[in-house]
Amino acid sequence: MISRLFNFRGGVKPESHKTESSGTPIDQAPLPKRLVIPLRQSIRSTARCLVEPGQKVLKGEHIGQGEGSLGTGVHASTSGTVVEIAPYPMAHASGLETLSVVIAPDGEDRWIDRVPFDYRKVSREEALGWLRSCGIHGMGGAGFPTHVKLGSGTGIDTLVINGAECEPWITCDDRLMRERAAGVLSGAMILRELIGARRVLVGIEDNKPDAIERMRAAASTIGDDVAVVAVPTLYPAGGEKQLIRVLTGIEIPQGKFGTDFGVQCFNVGTAHAVHRAIHFGEPLLSRIVTLTGNVAHPGNHEVLLGTQVAELLALAGPKADTDRYIMGGPMMGIELQSLGVPVTATTNCIIAASPTLFPPPPPEQPCIRCGECARACPADLQPFELYWFSRAKNFGKAQEYHLFDCIECGCCAYVCPSHIPLVDYFRFSKGEIWARERERTASDQARARFEFRNFRQEREKAEKAAKLAAKAAETRAKLPEAAATAAGTAAAAVAAEPAASPEDLKKALVAAALARAKQQKAAVTPKNTDSLSAETQAEIAAIDARREKRNTQDADKTP
Amino acid sequence: MLNSPYIRKPASVQGVMLAVLVALTPAIAVYASQIAAVVLVNLAIATATAMAGEAFVLKLRGRPIAPALSDLSAVVTAWLVVLCFPPILPWWATMLGVLIAIVAVKHLYGGLGQNPFNPAMVAYCAMIVAFPALMSQWPPAGQLDFQTQLGLVLGGVRELDGVASATALDAVKTGLRAAGATVDAIMSAGSFGVIAGRGWEWLAPAYAAGGAYLLACGVITWHMPAAFLAALTVVSGAFWLANPGQFASPLFHLASGGAMLGAFFIVTDPVSGATTPRGKLIFAAGVALVAYIIRVFGAFPEGIAFAVLLMNICVPLIDMNTQPRVFGYRGDKAR
Repeated sequence: MISRLFNFRGGVKPESHKTESSGTPIDQAPLPKRLVIPLRQSIRSTARCLVEPGQKVLKGEHIGQGEGSLGTGVHASTSGTVVEIAPYPMAHASGLETLSVVIAPDGEDRWIDRVPFDYRKVSREEALGWLRSCGIHGMGGAGFPTHVKLGSGTGIDTLVINGAECEPWITCDDRLMRERAAGVLSGAMILRELIGARRVLVGIEDNKPDAIERMRAAASTIGDDVAVVAVPTLYPAGGEKQLIRVLTGIEIPQGKFGTDFGVQCFNVGTAHAVHRAIHFGEPLLSRIVTLTGNVAHPGNHEVLLGTQVAELLALAGPKADTDRYIMGGPMMGIELQSLGVPVTATTNCIIAASPTLFPPPPPEQPCIRCGECARACPADLQPFELYWFSRAKNFGKAQEYHLFDCIECGCCAYVCPSHIPLVDYFRFSKGEIWARERERTASDQARARFEFRNFRQEREKAEKAAKLAAKAAETRAKLPEAAATAAGTAAAAVAAEPAASPEDLKKALVAAALARAKQQKAAVTPKNTDSLSAETQAEIAAIDARREKRNTQDADKTP
Repeated sequence: MLNSPYIRKPASVQGVMLAVLVALTPAIAVYASQIAAVVLVNLAIATATAMAGEAFVLKLRGRPIAPALSDLSAVVTAWLVVLCFPPILPWWATMLGVLIAIVAVKHLYGGLGQNPFNPAMVAYCAMIVAFPALMSQWPPAGQLDFQTQLGLVLGGVRELDGVASATALDAVKTGLRAAGATVDAIMSAGSFGVIAGRGWEWLAPAYAAGGAYLLACGVITWHMPAAFLAALTVVSGAFWLANPGQFASPLFHLASGGAMLGAFFIVTDPVSGATTPRGKLIFAAGVALVAYIIRVFGAFPEGIAFAVLLMNICVPLIDMNTQPRVFGYRGDKAR
């Protein structure tokens, strides 16, 4: 079905370290002592909490309602009691906290009523809605909601299922495909139907022959339009854009999506989750996590979402010289700031790192422009140019040289003979550019506010002046009458002279105003000192005397 | 805290420089055994001078000395300076050349990776302008005994009559000025071997062997040597075909002077050369073209050094206009 493979330029071949953890079957991790389920499921959306502390929940029960078009449902991964709803650290390089639901499992693991969802009997929108409420989102990379990626259901020719798993050490997708090939392909078929694609291409790196064989065996029962393709092992072949390029020859530029080119890509784990959601009515509650690195028993475990890493690690037995933990692979993973972070749908691997296994890079040396980074870059960038621009904080030039096409795969830093942490420089530049853009937006808004304030003040001044002028004109018109009624004899005197000059009129006006003011003052004279008791009056007198005395003393002191 | 990637390929600047030094050894072996063994003494002088000079400037600049010295880049520069200088140059001239390369060209511009010009080539140009006579005295290959060579390098007295001779390039160039002279007639003289200067011509395959090693190691890419050699062959071939009597053959040009050294070790300098694939082709071809023009029509017998410096100036322009297409940008160029 596919006549040839394409290639992308660049890429690296680090030691794969897959065999450590790929040999043993997936193990069902025991129920953890507690679950910390973040309501923030991806970087894009936080769910609205549906439970309160003390509430009993069943396995699979809705505890968070997806909000906005990108939100997906959040569920209790097992039955138990909601203990608290509080901020907990999330699995992010920053170690920042996010609102999470903490559940104490009751040990019974009691399910809600699960009903298979017949997506063929309902509209496409309802089917996407079901996936959304089941909390299905990408399990390979950025965790993008599946119902959004399924799009409008038109214009997609090829559905790519990503089983490349190109990062070293990680084997969870390998084990998933080896043990649950039928489920993965069943999910892929549902996805294909919902997205309206003609063919399905499953891309698997050729360092996983067993997975390829199992998937091919499962695919042979389906039909001709599903092909399981062995792609050359070359990091980052599992990057969405790279895999699409290898399988279809289509290059998707930065800022564009596969859907713009008639192709869409889902991870094998996501496909399996879709299968469970549709055919078993199960929301996304668990995933397979590789525990490997500097541990006694590397392997893969089916882990409930919300299980804290610390509890999980006990299953693998980290060795004594482990000094840190990496979530994800060694090329793009993050170093965990806290072992309290929970497993989420995108947690594919935890690597225990030791100084011998992952030695710190040698000291940074000057860039000699050797171009190794450019030859390794899968985005065809010139990383050393971006590095020079980033160092010089020449962000305009960095953008001109396509900084934002960088996928931060780490190939450049991996090959750099000068051991320059290139990706860090690019992250810095991107952050700076975003910050500056925010600043520019903020200052634009501030300027707009300031200008509007000036405009408003001018307008109010003008309005006031107009009002005053109008009032003055009105007063002038009423003047003879007003002068007459203003104040007794003076007014009478003025009135006696019919041909009063403007000066006299003005005087009369002033006199009238003074009279009004006098009246007003009399009306508002404070009354609270009128009816004081003798005692209070004496007290006030004493206070006044003291104040007077002090004032005179102060005056004496002053030279 | 460290960020991803947490693994690194075992590569280092030191490794790159070491590969270049290793790649130079076949040529040095040929040089020492076939031409003048004193080159080994020059290499020792130059290496020591380069290290001392670099350490001195690093100290002045308040930079850590040990890491910079151990990256071997100064040694590479020193060896390249020696290999493009005449072997019977007095010791102080070699030292001066190395110091120009290390102190002025490398460190005054900011040290490793910062210099816009090729240090060895600036040293050559500065020295040939400042000491044209000294820099033109080349010994005939294998004719002088080691004592004489050492005396010329270390001693003060220079008895050069019958010792130094013109290089092949020089001989052809000056020979052609005589009326009625042809290249073939000039090259039938005893100082010529099969294709170029007797003895000297064997350096070319030795440099090529070293270059092949660098290509195999991935230290250099094919672009620069291929473009340089192709451009030199094409331009010299065109003139030669038009008038074989007045223009030497491409083979002569490839085997003479610094052509092979230039193709594999000089134009391939990553710091001062172009970096994009297309830019490398343009840069190296430009060097070959300018070098040929200087060789044949200019005032100096050898023009690679000047050509490299001229093209070094063009590098930012070349790089800027040859940026490769970025992934996903079909049809239109990267910029």
